[in-house]
Amino acid sequence: MAFGPHLLLATLEGLVTAAVLALTALGLSLVFGVMRIVNVAHGEFFMLGAVLAWAITTAVSGNPAVGFAAALVLAPLIVGAIAWVSERLVLSRIEYNPEATIVATIGLLYIIQQLALTFYGPEARPVAPPFSYRIQLPWFGYSGYKLSIITASALLLLATWFVLTRTRIGLVMRATQYDREIAQAFGIPVGRVYGAVFALGAMLAAVAAVLIVPISQAHYLMGLDPLLLSFIVVIIGGLGSLRGTVVAALLIGVSDGIVSVFFSPTLAKIIATLVVAMVLVFRPQGLFGTAAK
Amino acid sequence: MTEASTAKIYGLHVAVVAVLVALNFVLPEYHHAVLARVLVLAVFAMGYNLLFGYAGLLSLGHAMFFAAGLYGAGLPLYHLGWGVPAAFASGLAAGLVVSAVIGLLALRTTGVAFMIVTMMFAQVFYLVTLYFGEWTRGDEGLVLQQQARQVALGATTLDLTNPDTRYLLAAALFATALFATLAIVRSRHGRVLVAIRENEERTRMLGYDTFANKLAAVVASGVICAAAGAAYALLFGYVGSTFASVQYSILPLLWVLLGGAATTLGPLVGTLFMYYVVDITSGYTSAYMLVVGAVLILLVLFFRKGVLGTVRERWARWLP
Amino acid sequence: MTPLLVTQGLSRHFGGLRAVDGVDFSIEPGEIRAVIGPNGAGKTTFVSLVCGRYEPSAGTIVFDSEDITKMPAHLRVRRGIAYTFQITSVFANLTAYDNVALPVQRTLTDGRSRGAVRHGVMEALERVGLASRAGVQAGALAYGHQRLLEVAMGLALRPRLLILDEPTQGLSDGEIDNFIGLVRDIASDATVLLIEHNMPVVMELAHRITVFNAGKILAEGTPAEIRANAAVQDAYLGTAQEAGA
Repeated sequence: MAFGPHLLLATLEGLVTAAVLALTALGLSLVFGVMRIVNVAHGEFFMLGAVLAWAITTAVSGNPAVGFAAALVLAPLIVGAIAWVSERLVLSRIEYNPEATIVATIGLLYIIQQLALTFYGPEARPVAPPFSYRIQLPWFGYSGYKLSIITASALLLLATWFVLTRTRIGLVMRATQYDREIAQAFGIPVGRVYGAVFALGAMLAAVAAVLIVPISQAHYLMGLDPLLLSFIVVIIGGLGSLRGTVVAALLIGVSDGIVSVFFSPTLAKIIATLVVAMVLVFRPQGLFGTAAK
Repeated sequence: MTEASTAKIYGLHVAVVAVLVALNFVLPEYHHAVLARVLVLAVFAMGYNLLFGYAGLLSLGHAMFFAAGLYGAGLPLYHLGWGVPAAFASGLAAGLVVSAVIGLLALRTTGVAFMIVTMMFAQVFYLVTLYFGEWTRGDEGLVLQQQARQVALGATTLDLTNPDTRYLLAAALFATALFATLAIVRSRHGRVLVAIRENEERTRMLGYDTFANKLAAVVASGVICAAAGAAYALLFGYVGSTFASVQYSILPLLWVLLGGAATTLGPLVGTLFMYYVVDITSGYTSAYMLVVGAVLILLVLFFRKGVLGTVRERWARWLP
Repeated sequence: MTPLLVTQGLSRHFGGLRAVDGVDFSIEPGEIRAVIGPNGAGKTTFVSLVCGRYEPSAGTIVFDSEDITKMPAHLRVRRGIAYTFQITSVFANLTAYDNVALPVQRTLTDGRSRGAVRHGVMEALERVGLASRAGVQAGALAYGHQRLLEVAMGLALRPRLLILDEPTQGLSDGEIDNFIGLVRDIASDATVLLIEHNMPVVMELAHRITVFNAGKILAEGTPAEIRANAAVQDAYLGTAQEAGA
């Protein structure tokens, strides 16, 4: 294949990565932005989404599309419920203290990972895509499902943006983000808002995993990479900025896709992580965040 | 600080070391080997505690300092045939360089950004050990041969693979690191670190160069962790990428929190406790990670100050 | 006599807000200078620029004939500028003794000598009247005593310019009287720059008064001159007189 088409292929692959990454990172960004905590178990919510997708699609016989649709709806809901419970039981009790939250979410990470290992096992298992349709471009064929991931992600991002900026629930969330105490003074049930935000963040990660699992596989250790990548996106994009998250996800996803196609994946990751660390060191507010004094 | 409490403090620490040494002659083989390992890892935890407990800087990347020592000692020994003392010194030097560079960069950030930056730099280090797999053999790692791990001392030869030698050297390293940490935290510099932890802006406005102080803490912490890494490579004969992975950045945090952050003996307590908790539960079930996770959550909910931290608060205010 | 501190055209902008706008200010050694003005006039921002907590957007600061505009905060402290925080900022978990020990140990080249540290700490604590409370945890002290602890920490630095930011806020009348005596005592070997809203204290203590408004200096003069100044009365003293009298 010539260079041009090769580049196009790499870009498409990158867009798919970016689509999934944007959703996952958005989940982390919301939690980070509204609750001001770092959820180290975020990657595990992602993994749970994938594992549950496998469980649901295997349980539902018949047309894989039906099973997949069920997974797309049920898996995020289940993961969201688990997240809600964790928040109410643990995080609210430690009053969202930054260090304690890191430790508690690390504990959560271990527990979820172990439960997945025990009940799902150490193997990586594939999930059947809902449809197999190849789009024939002049230079190569490309999976129609992968393109649908991009569309689905875009729709979900738009929906989230809509909820955050145009609905009352979104307004309540943003108010709590701006000033927790004043929100409380206005009668906003901050505890429940936090629970909802935490659940929403987990659900976004889970839905991203359900989307990607047909073209990768479900494995109990698959949460670490999305966690790290999401951190990278959130920091580059700037805390709490939806637009920043999407732009950063595009940047990272596409460049990761391109670099991985032409160089070794390990080297690509080294460069990406190093660049991001340097960005954070010299410009802590990221690309779109607001600078401190 | 009264005369009496100074004596109590030194007495306690000397007693702990004495007990550890005595255990060498008493412990059955299995526990003997476990404790040797625990002592080296406790040094890693103590290095972490200096930065996290006393200076208040939560790093999620300390695996890179441990691994710098590990590889800094292991690689020259394996590929260049260096002797044990030279390899150990090389491990320390590697730790010094890495911590100085990382400190200069990462200390430009604070709080959550610092956690993430350190995590990322550690991830880069880990990936680099994988990338240069030709020399490091990545996850598979390198086994350091027995013949290489001998130290000639005049007429005799110290065989690092000998369980007694290994244990006593581990104990010696532990004792050195323990007393070094004790000296630092009781010194003027130690008080400044605590002040920075409590209120950095105020400390700055009292005329202290907080950046320089924090950098010194990062470097001291890094060198202690690298010493642990170098010792681990030389005493246990294995060097592998796993020790550079994010898991080994989280473990010292866990050990320190469990034992009691900002206490000198807390790291030992925490490492020991965790080792045995995992050991015992592994006997009953393979789901030991669940126990680790549950312990962490319980700790953070009910025993925020860890074992010795709670002891200090309730009964023994003089505990350093 | 050369002024101890001179600022020229000192400015600080936050986006569109000109918190401090082209301020030319000078203070003589041994003076007690009060800085007054309505809330948001830029008083705290101004002194924060002087002690180095913020960087200026424009202008220069000269301390004892040395240009310190680019000097980092901790070095300015070492040159002799001490600042007590508007919002009490002591080390709550340390004892009063340990709080003051921190600045004392830094000023002593032989910081290892515990005797010298003890002497310096008790001296500072005695001056503010907290010697009997040296062993109390700072966070457990009454609010008024915490503010005095702040002053003790400032004194322990042996400053040449001591900046007090609203030091009497929250103090009872009796405590305020003691405080006035303390400041007079401090002024015998240091220059004092005092931000205050309490007008009786200002009139009682200040040699000269600088009035800030909207980031600029509105007026400067002796207490009598300021009291008589119509512009100041309009902008500020009118309401303050009701509150302070």
